[in-house]
Amino acid sequence: MKLKDIIAALDAEVVSAEDLEKEISGGYCGDFLSFVMAQAPAGCAWFTVMSNHNVAAVAALTEVGVTILCEGVEPDEQLKAKAVGRGLDLIVTAKPVFEAVKALDL
Amino acid sequence: MSSLHLEFDVAGNNFVSAGSASDEVKKTLKMLGVDPVAVRKVAIAMYEGEINMVIHAGGGKASVDIDTDKVKIVLADEGPGIPDISLAMKDGYSTAPDAIRDLGFGAGMGLPNMKKYTDEMHIDSTVGVGTTVTMVVNLR
Repeated sequence: MKLKDIIAALDAEVVSAEDLEKEISGGYCGDFLSFVMAQAPAGCAWFTVMSNHNVAAVAALTEVGVTILCEGVEPDEQLKAKAVGRGLDLIVTAKPVFEAVKALDL
Repeated sequence: MSSLHLEFDVAGNNFVSAGSASDEVKKTLKMLGVDPVAVRKVAIAMYEGEINMVIHAGGGKASVDIDTDKVKIVLADEGPGIPDISLAMKDGYSTAPDAIRDLGFGAGMGLPNMKKYTDEMHIDSTVGVGTTVTMVVNLR
Protein backbone atom coordinates (compact mmCIF):
# COMPACT_ATOMS: atom_id res chain seq x y z
CA MET A 1 0.00 0.00 0.00
CA LYS A 2 1.39 3.43 -0.89
CA LEU A 3 2.14 5.86 1.94
CA LYS A 4 -0.23 8.46 0.45
CA ASP A 5 -3.08 5.91 0.51
CA ILE A 6 -2.32 5.03 4.14
CA ILE A 7 -2.44 8.72 5.07
CA ALA A 8 -5.80 9.10 3.29
CA ALA A 9 -7.32 5.94 4.79
CA LEU A 10 -6.34 6.99 8.31
CA ASP A 11 -7.17 10.67 7.78
CA ALA A 12 -3.69 11.14 9.24
CA GLU A 13 -1.71 14.24 10.05
CA VAL A 14 1.74 14.13 8.44
CA VAL A 15 4.58 15.00 10.79
CA SER A 16 7.29 13.95 8.35
CA ALA A 17 7.03 12.21 4.97
CA GLU A 18 9.69 12.12 2.28
CA ASP A 19 8.16 10.00 -0.46
CA LEU A 20 4.38 9.68 -0.55
CA GLU A 21 4.63 7.08 -3.34
CA LYS A 22 6.67 4.74 -1.14
CA GLU A 23 5.28 1.21 -0.83
CA ILE A 24 4.60 -0.01 2.71
CA SER A 25 4.24 -3.72 3.30
CA GLY A 26 3.22 -5.57 6.47
CA GLY A 27 2.87 -4.13 9.92
CA TYR A 28 3.65 -4.38 13.60
CA CYS A 29 1.71 -3.09 16.62
CA GLY A 30 3.49 -2.43 19.90
CA ASP A 31 5.07 0.03 22.28
CA PHE A 32 7.91 -1.88 23.91
CA LEU A 33 10.84 -0.90 21.70
CA SER A 34 12.75 -4.16 21.98
CA PHE A 35 9.70 -6.12 20.81
CA VAL A 36 9.50 -3.79 17.81
CA MET A 37 13.17 -4.38 17.03
CA ALA A 38 12.67 -8.15 17.44
CA GLN A 39 9.59 -8.49 15.27
CA ALA A 40 8.90 -5.54 12.96
CA PRO A 41 9.99 -6.28 9.40
CA ALA A 42 11.88 -3.65 7.42
CA GLY A 43 9.57 -1.50 5.31
CA CYS A 44 6.48 -2.15 7.44
CA ALA A 45 3.96 0.14 9.15
CA TRP A 46 4.62 0.41 12.89
CA PHE A 47 1.51 1.24 14.94
CA THR A 48 2.26 2.65 18.39
CA VAL A 49 1.19 5.12 21.06
CA MET A 50 4.79 5.69 22.18
CA SER A 51 5.71 9.26 21.30
CA ASN A 52 9.18 10.04 22.70
CA HIS A 53 12.45 10.53 20.82
CA ASN A 54 13.52 6.88 21.22
CA VAL A 55 10.84 6.04 18.65
CA ALA A 56 12.96 7.80 16.01
CA ALA A 57 16.05 5.74 16.83
CA VAL A 58 14.13 2.47 16.73
CA ALA A 59 12.27 3.38 13.54
CA ALA A 60 15.56 4.26 11.84
CA LEU A 61 17.58 1.25 13.02
CA THR A 62 14.73 -1.21 12.38
CA GLU A 63 14.06 0.49 9.03
CA VAL A 64 10.29 0.53 9.40
CA GLY A 65 8.55 2.10 6.39
CA VAL A 66 6.27 4.43 8.35
CA THR A 67 5.60 5.02 12.04
CA ILE A 68 1.92 5.59 12.81
CA LEU A 69 1.10 7.23 16.14
CA CYS A 70 -2.44 6.17 17.01
CA GLU A 71 -5.14 7.47 19.37
CA GLY A 72 -4.25 11.03 18.35
CA VAL A 73 -1.01 10.86 20.34
CA GLU A 74 1.23 13.74 19.30
CA PRO A 75 5.01 13.22 19.04
CA ASP A 76 7.11 15.15 21.53
CA GLU A 77 9.28 17.95 20.13
CA GLN A 78 12.45 15.84 20.09
CA LEU A 79 10.74 13.05 18.16
CA LYS A 80 9.36 15.58 15.67
CA ALA A 81 12.80 17.12 15.17
CA LYS A 82 14.52 13.73 14.81
CA ALA A 83 11.91 12.44 12.35
CA VAL A 84 12.28 15.51 10.15
CA GLY A 85 16.07 15.62 10.52
CA ARG A 86 16.55 11.96 9.64
CA GLY A 87 13.94 11.81 6.93
CA LEU A 88 11.76 9.30 8.80
CA ASP A 89 8.13 8.92 7.82
CA LEU A 90 5.90 9.70 10.81
CA ILE A 91 2.15 10.27 10.81
CA VAL A 92 -0.55 10.69 13.47
CA THR A 93 -4.08 9.27 13.33
CA ALA A 94 -6.96 9.74 15.75
CA LYS A 95 -7.93 6.10 15.26
CA PRO A 96 -7.15 3.52 17.96
CA VAL A 97 -4.55 0.92 16.94
CA PHE A 98 -7.11 -1.82 16.16
CA GLU A 99 -9.22 0.51 14.01
CA ALA A 100 -6.15 1.86 12.23
CA VAL A 101 -4.96 -1.63 11.30
CA LYS A 102 -8.44 -2.59 10.08
CA ALA A 103 -8.57 0.47 7.83
CA LEU A 104 -5.45 -0.58 5.90
CA ASP A 105 -4.67 -3.31 3.40
CA LEU A 106 -1.08 -4.20 4.25
CA MET B 1 37.61 -3.57 2.00
CA SER B 2 40.37 -3.16 4.55
CA SER B 3 39.88 -3.46 8.30
CA LEU B 4 38.38 -0.45 10.05
CA HIS B 5 38.34 0.31 13.77
CA LEU B 6 35.85 2.67 15.41
CA GLU B 7 35.52 3.73 19.05
CA PHE B 8 32.74 5.53 20.88
CA ASP B 9 32.02 6.81 24.38
CA VAL B 10 28.45 6.02 25.44
CA ALA B 11 27.04 8.47 27.99
CA GLY B 12 25.09 7.07 30.94
CA ASN B 13 21.45 7.99 31.61
CA ASN B 14 21.25 10.03 28.42
CA PHE B 15 18.44 8.74 26.21
CA VAL B 16 18.76 11.59 23.74
CA SER B 17 22.29 10.68 22.66
CA ALA B 18 21.65 6.93 23.07
CA GLY B 19 21.90 5.23 19.73
CA SER B 20 24.30 7.70 18.18
CA ALA B 21 27.15 5.16 18.14
CA SER B 22 25.00 2.48 16.46
CA ASP B 23 23.75 5.09 14.04
CA GLU B 24 27.31 6.05 13.13
CA VAL B 25 28.28 2.40 12.61
CA LYS B 26 25.20 1.84 10.46
CA LYS B 27 26.11 4.81 8.26
CA THR B 28 29.70 3.57 7.92
CA LEU B 29 28.62 0.04 6.97
CA LYS B 30 26.17 1.38 4.40
CA MET B 31 28.88 3.59 2.95
CA LEU B 32 31.16 0.54 2.67
CA GLY B 33 28.45 -1.26 0.72
CA VAL B 34 27.85 -3.98 3.31
CA ASP B 35 24.78 -6.20 2.76
CA PRO B 36 21.71 -4.29 4.11
CA VAL B 37 20.47 -7.33 6.07
CA ALA B 38 23.77 -7.52 7.95
CA VAL B 39 23.78 -3.76 8.49
CA ARG B 40 20.33 -3.95 10.12
CA LYS B 41 21.46 -6.81 12.38
CA VAL B 42 24.55 -4.91 13.53
CA ALA B 43 22.58 -1.69 14.10
CA ILE B 44 19.85 -3.30 16.21
CA ALA B 45 22.22 -5.48 18.27
CA MET B 46 24.54 -2.57 18.97
CA TYR B 47 21.66 -0.22 19.85
CA GLU B 48 20.29 -2.72 22.38
CA GLY B 49 23.77 -2.97 23.91
CA GLU B 50 24.15 0.81 24.01
CA ILE B 51 20.77 1.15 25.72
CA ASN B 52 21.77 -1.45 28.31
CA MET B 53 24.90 0.58 29.14
CA VAL B 54 22.84 3.78 29.33
CA ILE B 55 20.21 2.24 31.64
CA HIS B 56 22.24 -0.05 33.86
CA ALA B 57 25.91 0.92 33.80
CA GLY B 58 26.20 4.69 33.70
CA GLY B 59 27.56 4.45 30.17
CA GLY B 60 30.65 2.76 28.79
CA LYS B 61 32.78 2.31 25.71
CA ALA B 62 31.93 0.75 22.38
CA SER B 63 34.54 -0.46 19.92
CA VAL B 64 33.76 -1.84 16.49
CA ASP B 65 36.04 -3.68 14.07
CA ILE B 66 34.83 -3.98 10.53
CA ASP B 67 36.53 -6.63 8.41
CA THR B 68 35.70 -8.12 5.04
CA ASP B 69 34.12 -11.21 6.62
CA LYS B 70 32.70 -9.92 9.90
CA VAL B 71 31.82 -7.01 12.18
CA LYS B 72 32.96 -7.35 15.79
CA ILE B 73 31.37 -5.15 18.45
CA VAL B 74 32.76 -4.90 21.99
CA LEU B 75 30.72 -3.02 24.60
CA ALA B 76 32.55 -2.51 27.88
CA ASP B 77 31.25 -0.83 31.03
CA GLU B 78 32.21 -0.40 34.65
CA GLY B 79 28.67 -0.82 35.91
CA PRO B 80 27.29 -3.09 38.65
CA GLY B 81 27.76 -6.31 36.63
CA ILE B 82 25.24 -9.09 35.96
CA PRO B 83 24.90 -11.55 38.88
CA ASP B 84 23.13 -14.28 36.87
CA ILE B 85 23.78 -14.12 33.12
CA SER B 86 21.51 -17.04 32.19
CA LEU B 87 18.61 -15.36 34.03
CA ALA B 88 19.38 -12.03 32.32
CA MET B 89 19.29 -13.80 28.94
CA LYS B 90 15.70 -15.03 29.48
CA ASP B 91 13.01 -13.36 27.38
CA GLY B 92 11.10 -10.91 29.54
CA TYR B 93 13.50 -10.79 32.50
CA SER B 94 14.30 -7.19 33.38
CA THR B 95 15.65 -5.21 36.30
CA ALA B 96 14.85 -1.85 34.68
CA PRO B 97 12.82 0.57 36.83
CA ASP B 98 9.31 1.78 35.88
CA ALA B 99 10.64 5.13 34.62
CA ILE B 100 12.62 3.24 31.98
CA ARG B 101 9.52 1.26 30.95
CA ASP B 102 7.70 4.55 30.42
CA LEU B 103 10.30 5.31 27.75
CA GLY B 104 9.54 2.02 25.98
CA PHE B 105 12.53 0.06 27.27
CA GLY B 106 12.80 -2.54 30.03
CA ALA B 107 10.81 -5.30 28.32
CA GLY B 108 13.52 -7.81 29.09
CA MET B 109 14.23 -8.34 25.40
CA GLY B 110 17.50 -6.45 25.03
CA LEU B 111 20.00 -9.27 25.56
CA PRO B 112 17.79 -11.84 23.72
CA ASN B 113 17.61 -9.42 20.76
CA MET B 114 21.40 -9.02 20.79
CA LYS B 115 21.74 -12.80 20.61
CA LYS B 116 19.06 -13.07 17.93
CA TYR B 117 20.73 -10.58 15.60
CA THR B 118 24.33 -11.73 15.97
CA ASP B 119 26.22 -14.88 14.96
CA GLU B 120 28.33 -14.94 18.12
CA MET B 121 27.77 -13.31 21.50
CA HIS B 122 29.74 -13.58 24.71
CA ILE B 123 29.10 -11.85 28.04
CA ASP B 124 31.90 -11.45 30.56
CA SER B 125 30.63 -9.89 33.78
CA THR B 126 31.87 -9.47 37.33
CA VAL B 127 29.59 -8.03 40.00
CA GLY B 128 30.95 -4.71 41.20
CA VAL B 129 33.51 -4.51 38.39
CA GLY B 130 31.62 -4.32 35.10
CA THR B 131 30.44 -6.09 31.99
CA THR B 132 31.94 -6.67 28.57
CA VAL B 133 29.71 -7.92 25.78
CA THR B 134 31.36 -9.15 22.58
CA MET B 135 29.23 -9.68 19.50
CA VAL B 136 30.10 -10.80 15.97
CA VAL B 137 27.97 -10.49 12.87
CA ASN B 138 29.29 -12.45 9.88
CA LEU B 139 29.25 -10.77 6.50
CA ARG B 140 28.46 -13.11 3.62
